[in-house]
Amino acid sequence: MTNSPDAIIEFRDAGYRLAGGQELLRGVSLAVGRGETLVLLGRSGAGKTTALKLINRLLEPTAGEVLVEGRSTRDWDPIALRRHIGYVIQETGLFPHYTVEQNISLVPRLEGWPADRVRARAQELLALVGLDGAHFLGRYPHELSGGQRQRVGVARALAADPPILLMDEPFGALDPLTRVEIRREFLALQQRLKKTVVIVTHDTSEALLLGTRIALMESGALRGLYSPQEFLRSAEPVAAAYAQQLRDLEHFERGQ
Amino acid sequence: MNTITFFAQHGDEILQATLEHVWLVVATLALGIAIGVPLGILVARRPWLSKPILGTANVAETIPSLALLGFLLPAPWLGERADRVAITALTLYALLPIIRNTVAGITGVDPAVREAARGMGMTPRQILWQVELPLSLSTVLAGIRVATVLTIGVATIAAAVGAGGLGEFIFRGLAMVNNQLILAGAIPAAALALLADFFLSVLERRLRPAR
Repeated sequence: MTNSPDAIIEFRDAGYRLAGGQELLRGVSLAVGRGETLVLLGRSGAGKTTALKLINRLLEPTAGEVLVEGRSTRDWDPIALRRHIGYVIQETGLFPHYTVEQNISLVPRLEGWPADRVRARAQELLALVGLDGAHFLGRYPHELSGGQRQRVGVARALAADPPILLMDEPFGALDPLTRVEIRREFLALQQRLKKTVVIVTHDTSEALLLGTRIALMESGALRGLYSPQEFLRSAEPVAAAYAQQLRDLEHFERGQ
Repeated sequence: MNTITFFAQHGDEILQATLEHVWLVVATLALGIAIGVPLGILVARRPWLSKPILGTANVAETIPSLALLGFLLPAPWLGERADRVAITALTLYALLPIIRNTVAGITGVDPAVREAARGMGMTPRQILWQVELPLSLSTVLAGIRVATVLTIGVATIAAAVGAGGLGEFIFRGLAMVNNQLILAGAIPAAALALLADFFLSVLERRLRPAR
């Protein structure tokens, strides 16, 4: 599985330790192929977010290395690396003092795109995430619903058309119905855009729905890499526990 | 002679003193902002500087104003002109609220917003100018408002070293046991303080980011 020639992201025995000595991540090796959606699944504190932040160098590995496009993140200019990678977080992190349009067009503006192209791109992106541009471009984040904010967050991450998208529990703060809706939209979007996506989640059904592969994490280590089908059949205790939890749910539904 | 006729007769002098007073306050705030805001940003960036910088500003705040003016009089260059002495002393007082609120404003920016900014590849400078400062503007301004009201009051003491301003009337009135003279200094000073407080609080509300 590792060292696939078209790997766009690669962890080589990567670890991360806090200055205080606490180890958040150790010995993670995995490769993410172009166009793949890798889900980092695990409970809180499993090191999922830490692993994600190693990719866009919000954190630097204290052991091993992480390669993006074949180059160690240490050798990348962090600013160039991050503009090459879209980033979506749970709380969206939309700038409250910027309108939807200003939020979305931030990276293109920083990259010095001409104004008319920036504007056209903002409208195109809103349409892409299912929002009506004329209606939303001039609004502020606090005037939007949670689902709309999350859509804007995705649009902003896609603005400069980065080949890689990192998402940290992107749908975690949404109510269950909106969540299902946005997930489905995202799946459709991804089938069109073919980005390389790494998603952090603790939700098994989300992992199975969105992931082409699932990386199961537990207390800072990678426990296994599975296709969704393998994951459901896995005998590995933690994976089996997740799969069992899902079966319990189905059983409950059928029992009703 | 009642107070109103006194004000009418000495209108020119009162206006002159008020303008001097405003000059002291404006110069103090310009310096206070120019020094305090960068120091506040520095403290927000390097928390270990909080003790030395805020501590020093705190100590400055506790020195009695007359004593501070007295300490500064013999200083070279500063001591040559009364307004330099006064503005220096006033700036030392104005720093604490400005630094403190700048720190509070910047550290109060939603961590998710800062993380998103970093994750999108904004440089530290871009994050400061385009995200942190705009979002902390109303908090910084609240500090400037406190500093302004404080300075307008304390600036009356500047007359003790001959720096002019509305304190001239107050000191003269005290020496001559003349309440009208005291009021001729105190009333315009209070009016200035109220006006400044009102306008700055309006501005502060307008700049407050929506949630």
